[in-house]
Amino acid sequence: MSDSGATAALPDPAAVSLAIADLDRLISTLRDDGRVVIGPTTRDSVMTLDEIAGAGQLPRGWLDEQSPGKYRATPSETATAFAHGPPSMSWKRFLHEERTLVISTSRTNGAMVIDPAPAAPEKPLAFFGIQACDLAAIGVLDVALADDAAYRRRRDDLLVVAASCTDSVATCFCVSAGTGPRPGPLADIVLTELADGSLIADARTERGAAVLTRAGLDTAATEADCRSAAALVDAAAARQTRHLDTEAIARAAAAPDDVGWDAVAERCLTCGNCTMVCPTCFCTSISDQTRLDDGCAERWQIWASCFSLDFAYVHGGSVRTSPTSRYRQWYLHKLVTWHDQFDSSGCVGCGRCITWCPTGIDITEAITS
Amino acid sequence: MRSEPAVTTLVPTMATVEAVRRELDDTVTLSLALSEPSLTPTPGQFAMLWAPGVGEVAISYSGVGDGSRVDHTIRDVGATTRALTTCEPGAELGSRGPFGRGWDLSRLPGRRLLIIAGGLGLAPLRPVVEAATAGTLGTSSAQLLVGARSPDAMLYRDEISTHWASLEPQLTVDHATDTWKGGVGPVTIALGSAIGDPATVEAIVCGPEIMMRVVARELMDRDVAPDAIQVSLERNMQCGVARCGHCQLGPLFTCVDGPVLRWDEAEPLLAVRER
Ligand SMILES: Cc1cc2nc3c(=O)[nH]c(=O)nc-3n(C[C@H](O)[C@H](O)[C@H](O)COP(=O)(O)OP(=O)(O)OC[C@H]3O[C@@H](n4cnc5c(N)ncnc54)[C@H](O)[C@@H]3O)c2cc1C
Ligand code: SF4
Ligand code: SF4
Repeated sequence: MSDSGATAALPDPAAVSLAIADLDRLISTLRDDGRVVIGPTTRDSVMTLDEIAGAGQLPRGWLDEQSPGKYRATPSETATAFAHGPPSMSWKRFLHEERTLVISTSRTNGAMVIDPAPAAPEKPLAFFGIQACDLAAIGVLDVALADDAAYRRRRDDLLVVAASCTDSVATCFCVSAGTGPRPGPLADIVLTELADGSLIADARTERGAAVLTRAGLDTAATEADCRSAAALVDAAAARQTRHLDTEAIARAAAAPDDVGWDAVAERCLTCGNCTMVCPTCFCTSISDQTRLDDGCAERWQIWASCFSLDFAYVHGGSVRTSPTSRYRQWYLHKLVTWHDQFDSSGCVGCGRCITWCPTGIDITEAITS
Repeated sequence: MRSEPAVTTLVPTMATVEAVRRELDDTVTLSLALSEPSLTPTPGQFAMLWAPGVGEVAISYSGVGDGSRVDHTIRDVGATTRALTTCEPGAELGSRGPFGRGWDLSRLPGRRLLIIAGGLGLAPLRPVVEAATAGTLGTSSAQLLVGARSPDAMLYRDEISTHWASLEPQLTVDHATDTWKGGVGPVTIALGSAIGDPATVEAIVCGPEIMMRVVARELMDRDVAPDAIQVSLERNMQCGVARCGHCQLGPLFTCVDGPVLRWDEAEPLLAVRER
């Protein structure tokens, strides 16, 4: 999927060195370019994503712990802003919004006219500090939503400043998923943070190089710093303990009815948390609303979850009534049929579904026998 | 990789209801004039019909016309189909399409075609039946088998007894009335006499999923090859363009990889419970 394995080379010789204060110059340059900068930030003791105006909003000095069904972020002495696990929400919501207007109607001389949703003159986005798994997820959505006009509009304008992971939480398995911890293609700039909070910035595209130049960031990184950065990322990779069970996945693919789903059958609440936090889940429903003021109609595309009973409803009932059949649909789509449909896995190994499942169901252990 | 849909938009074209024909108590056929012509639909394809302010649902073409004028036969089962079936001539609807993979008519020349319908399943077969009566399919013969719950629930009865009489229709109902002259029982009771040499048969089957399973099994028991049986599957469809995710059946997006599948493709997928 990417050039991001644990054995990747050192940062490019042209990599530049950044002090903590330089992050503000980088963010300001992006904002001066007219971009809305989205980055990780801490809110109510949870690392989430939001628009940021400066480096002060990054989760510097916060550490997080994630395990099945558990999330905890705590302030600490650390000088780093990027040594954390995946933020609670995924970046997909900025490209594939929870609610998107598809069409609305109006009346011209009494006749109904359909108005496609306006190609809103939105500000282009910059993703700041996106991690390797989440960057790979954008590559996955690029295929699944290739024809989605609203997605394409935002995606085409996107600039990406990625961050290498210098820590892994217990739910991470990007190494096994082949997506990290080094950000793969699609990044314009890759940042790697050292223990003292200083960083190395590596431009991967001309656009990225131009941003660094405009920000006046041109101090060449030392070889020693590049080596320490690489070692930190390698150590993060080595800390991962979870792995996709390729043998179990193959058995489930061959005979979905003959493998044990006992680990999920009793515990899955079909709450759909896993689909909401997953960076690649893209399903939507489309529904009508009538405007009260003028009686005109609007159609909205809204995130949907394959865990809801009405997702596969046809007249007379749902195709998938049991919770196990809905979990199985999700699991097999992510890990098996996604390959048939889109030539890749639908799972990038971010581990969010494990952390945010209220009963701690673990996609790497869902099949018992 | 999945099939690429020919139409990818979520934006409907406005259409005007030109005529409404009542078929059954709960079923009407709408003739629509599209404000901008679509691609000419293939029999077995479907449109997403939009009742503004209510909803949008998958409805097969029961008359394929030329892309400007099309027919849809719709049964009232819920909010959106209620709005569609209560339209008056002149009403404005939205239409997107044509979507999906229709009946594979390229397999028919030289073969003995069996068109087997259950209930409303006759609607997506109507364009095939009309082509068969017009003799444009190149088949060596064609026969129509139709099953319904009761005589009152049998679609297109006038056409069956007049325009389509050359297809020697075999009609069966689950519950007969005193005046009923056809068969009583599942549509499969008419299969025995229709099948002849199984190696020459191509069967096109549409009805409730359980009916299609039973028919396919019966055909295979009589040595018709699974790849000579075509069925049309129904799944929840919101977009028609393989993007909303609702219609998945294993690796397939039923809306673009189907709704028509050969039985050798469909059977292994349907064999998994609640897939
Ligand atoms: C490929 C295809 C072709 C079809 N062709 C015809 C046809 O020619 N004539 C006809 O009368 N009906 C047809 N149907 C069925 C028709 O789409 C449903 O009856 C209709 O969606 C019910 O919507 P509703 O809002 O009236 O009912 P409700 O029961 O209120 O449905 C609520 C929602 O559930 C979903 N839904 C319910 N039933 C179905 C279903 N059977 N299939 C897919 N989604 C469903 C829809 O999203 C619908 O908006 C077809 C379905 C498919 C998939
Ligand atoms: S399935 Fe789970 S681990 Fe995989 S990408 Fe989605 S949320 Fe992350
Ligand atoms: S697996 Fe967990 S998060 Fe997903 S629906 Fe079931 S209970 Fe909810």
